[in-house]
Amino acid sequence: MSEQVAHAESHTHEHPSDFEYVKVALVLAAITAVEVFTYFESVLDWGAFLIPSLLIMMVVKFWLVARMFMHLKNDEPVLGRFFAGGLALATVVYIIALLAFNFWS
Amino acid sequence: MTSMTAEAAAVSHDHDPHATNTGISNTKLAMWLFLSTECLLFGGLISTYLLYKTRGNGQVLPTDIFDIMFTSVSSFVLLASSLTMVLALSAAVRGDMHRTRVWLMVTALLGAVFIGGQVYEFTSFYYEGLGYTTNPAASAFYTLTGFHGIHVSLGLLMLMSLFVAAGQGKLTAKNHETIEIVGLYWHFVDVVWIFIFTVIYLIPAE
Amino acid sequence: MAITEEPLALTSGETFAERPLGVLTRPQPKGTWRDWLSSVDHKKIGIMYGVAAMFFFLVGGAEALLIRTQLAFPDQGFLSAEVYNQIFTMHGVTMIFLFVMPLAAAFANYLIPLQIGARDVAFPRLNALSFWVWLSGAIFLNTSWIVGGGGADCGWFCYAPNSGVTFSPTNGVDFYAIGLLIAGIASLVSAVNLIVTVLNMRAPGMTLFRMPVLTWMLLVTQFLLAFALPVITVALFLLIFDRLFDSQFFDPAAGADPLLWQHLFWIFGHPEVYIIILPSFGIISEVIPAFSRKPIFGYTFMVFSGIAIGFMGWGVWAHHMFVSGIGPISVAAFSLATMFIAVPTGVKILNWLATMWGGQLRFTTAMLFAVGTVAMFTIGGLSGVTHSLAPADTQQTDTYYIVAHFHYVIFGGGVLGLFAGIYFWWPKVFGHFLNEKRGRLHFWSMLVGFNLTFGPMHVLGLQGMSRRIDTYSAGFGFEFWNLVSTIGSYLLGLSVLYFLYNVWRSKKEAVNLPAPGPDPWDARSLEWSVPSPTPEHNFDVIPVIESQDDWWFRKYSIEDDGSVVRVASVEEAAQKGDATGVHLPSPSFWPLVLAVGLPLIGYGLIFNLWLCVIGGLLTGGAMYAWALEPVDDPDAGHGHDDHGHDDHGDDDHGDDGHGDDDDPVAVAADSEGEA
Repeated sequence: MSEQVAHAESHTHEHPSDFEYVKVALVLAAITAVEVFTYFESVLDWGAFLIPSLLIMMVVKFWLVARMFMHLKNDEPVLGRFFAGGLALATVVYIIALLAFNFWS
Repeated sequence: MTSMTAEAAAVSHDHDPHATNTGISNTKLAMWLFLSTECLLFGGLISTYLLYKTRGNGQVLPTDIFDIMFTSVSSFVLLASSLTMVLALSAAVRGDMHRTRVWLMVTALLGAVFIGGQVYEFTSFYYEGLGYTTNPAASAFYTLTGFHGIHVSLGLLMLMSLFVAAGQGKLTAKNHETIEIVGLYWHFVDVVWIFIFTVIYLIPAE
Repeated sequence: MAITEEPLALTSGETFAERPLGVLTRPQPKGTWRDWLSSVDHKKIGIMYGVAAMFFFLVGGAEALLIRTQLAFPDQGFLSAEVYNQIFTMHGVTMIFLFVMPLAAAFANYLIPLQIGARDVAFPRLNALSFWVWLSGAIFLNTSWIVGGGGADCGWFCYAPNSGVTFSPTNGVDFYAIGLLIAGIASLVSAVNLIVTVLNMRAPGMTLFRMPVLTWMLLVTQFLLAFALPVITVALFLLIFDRLFDSQFFDPAAGADPLLWQHLFWIFGHPEVYIIILPSFGIISEVIPAFSRKPIFGYTFMVFSGIAIGFMGWGVWAHHMFVSGIGPISVAAFSLATMFIAVPTGVKILNWLATMWGGQLRFTTAMLFAVGTVAMFTIGGLSGVTHSLAPADTQQTDTYYIVAHFHYVIFGGGVLGLFAGIYFWWPKVFGHFLNEKRGRLHFWSMLVGFNLTFGPMHVLGLQGMSRRIDTYSAGFGFEFWNLVSTIGSYLLGLSVLYFLYNVWRSKKEAVNLPAPGPDPWDARSLEWSVPSPTPEHNFDVIPVIESQDDWWFRKYSIEDDGSVVRVASVEEAAQKGDATGVHLPSPSFWPLVLAVGLPLIGYGLIFNLWLCVIGGLLTGGAMYAWALEPVDDPDAGHGHDDHGHDDHGDDDHGDDGHGDDDDPVAVAADSEGEA
């Protein structure tokens, strides 16, 4: 798939090719398949690894979509910083709030 | 003009009337800022559900009746719609507005399937005894997934508007950034679902 | 842009140009009230914010006087307990959301583009939308007095489960929740808009660290708004769903936890405190250097302490909940965090004092208010530090000591600073001064009235008088200080009326007085480089910025020996404001139409869902009409001489007729993502 940059004057940041998009989507689908697979505990019991594995897979999927589909990889870094800022703020603030409820005790 | 400022510099600046200090268009920056703030919105709703997910008040809990296979299919559908969304943008960047329209339509259809799935899920949960007012867990579950569903629905409206605009020739390759920005919103809705799918559906209740 | 090729459509104001989309054309400026309804000019929007905020100041002030009248003497029945609850709730809500925040928004709207050297904000129509949506929410909130069976009666913090239907059966709380949601949409849109404006539309050479401190503080405020509002949005939705649809978020009987509301509310509520105070900090950081004839002391510290306050403001919310049973670890952690946040505020106070130190002080009214702000805020800040000690706070919570504290912060630190700004920028905005002699009387009466009102509350609180209580019995020693407080509040009320009199008289007298000129205070930031009142296009030519306080250095230079030498008079250095044919964003009625739809949806949710349909159609229709409205109005006044010279500040980012930056999608996402 050739990258045509006829509109490069208004668009300095190149997007990935369609093929790359498809590859990313396949990886995402594969991870999702593994995620769903964890549900069938009778086949394989993940034990204590279940929740960490699920969270890691979630983060990888999140990261892939944000980086590739939302173009944070090639776009101005400040956009990613804003988004990461909002995400981090939400995570920290709400985890503290839940901790205050003795959520994990 | 009357200024005694360095006019030459001003003129050279004015050569590109759309130049911004950051090099990012206003719209795109605004959309990213908006999406950053949405993290706090969904964070609040997700935290509410996590706090309440075991509070059944003696009634059925959402976690008791999740249909993981069904929700998995929904998740695949929404993921696929993210792919078709970037393909629509990619076609628009190439100037292929016909393909753009096709991919926009496919994206919208996939989104509609997701919403249809959610309606089905809510209905079947209702018949299994999980009403909106049944217990705190139910209220929190429906509110969280309902807010997500409303976001998807708004995305659908935007996609359809783009589809129509492209058909009328108002949306051309020249303003493919509009498609990119709608795409950002759409992918954000998708990543929120990635989060919900894992944290709400897959991580087992105690 | 084919439009610019049209012959002669513009300067004459004739309207023979083609109207491609029939009804969806831009309204034309006609010099009437319609100009205001359809204006997308950040200056007009700023003025409207200011006027509306002052109106609600009077409303909230009247409510305050009712409270003080009831409490003047023990055992009074002037207000019933129910009405008293509604009055103090609406007083708080009105003063915070309908007075201080919009007045700060007035300054933000008017001054940010001017201070960064832009012709308008990034999204002029969204800016108009913010104002009209805020106003519709404000009016909606107050109509609960008429159609809602009274105001909300749960306090501005509206703790669950008191806010539930069981304990608050009238519709007051519904109006509170929906009204604040609507106002929240406005603030969110405005915050995103202004952040983009500051980041994207600065004049050439205006780097972030050359921006005036006011712009910086307003930027931090907008970030706080953008991230705090979604949290209160969640809380308000949960509340309204509980009340209207019987969900189970805050009902302890069903196993829910009312503390959830407290956490969500204060995660928003504490940043909100800084949202209220930081604009005022910014304002006095402009006023004090101007009247000390010195640059601000420690600019970088000033900026970074503002940013630090913005960050730390997120980590202290639970100090509002020390007695809510959140556990010793939480209390200890939040107590420590609260002590730390005093540090950046202390840095600011030091820097203001150091700016004045050795300066050539001129005690104009604006300067008096600024100095008053520093002094009063210091008192409020110190009593705040006493709350950070959890054991002491346990004694002080829910007493008048807290009421005293936050009024010293919000009124002493916030409102006095905003008045400093009003006196300072009045000549810039309206082209004439506010009378200084009357201004000084206004200041002193306000300062004395304020201290008489809220100073005694420290004593009352430490004596143990509860807040939010509709009366008190004789014999507890509360009588004297309550009477003093009430007398003070009436003096405060009179001082506000005197301010309005000053506004009216000053306007009348202005015809006989010399015009203030572009830079009456010999100030430092860019807005003083253009004529007063600011011309519609702001700058004839976008200035190129070479240093901090660039405008000042166009008037003065500093010699090698450190002496300051005047290099140009104001008249020489200032722009003339006579540029013609500057391309400005065209006015639009759609923001107003969209804003009218939202309260209809609100009434519909409470009374009759059919109204929701009408409101929804109005709002949705306005969004599409907005999107289809041509960005470049074929009828509008484009000059040919310098077009393209100034698109920098324009409505159009893409010339596609599709409204690229106000595009339907971004708008829909902005305004409905919250809905």
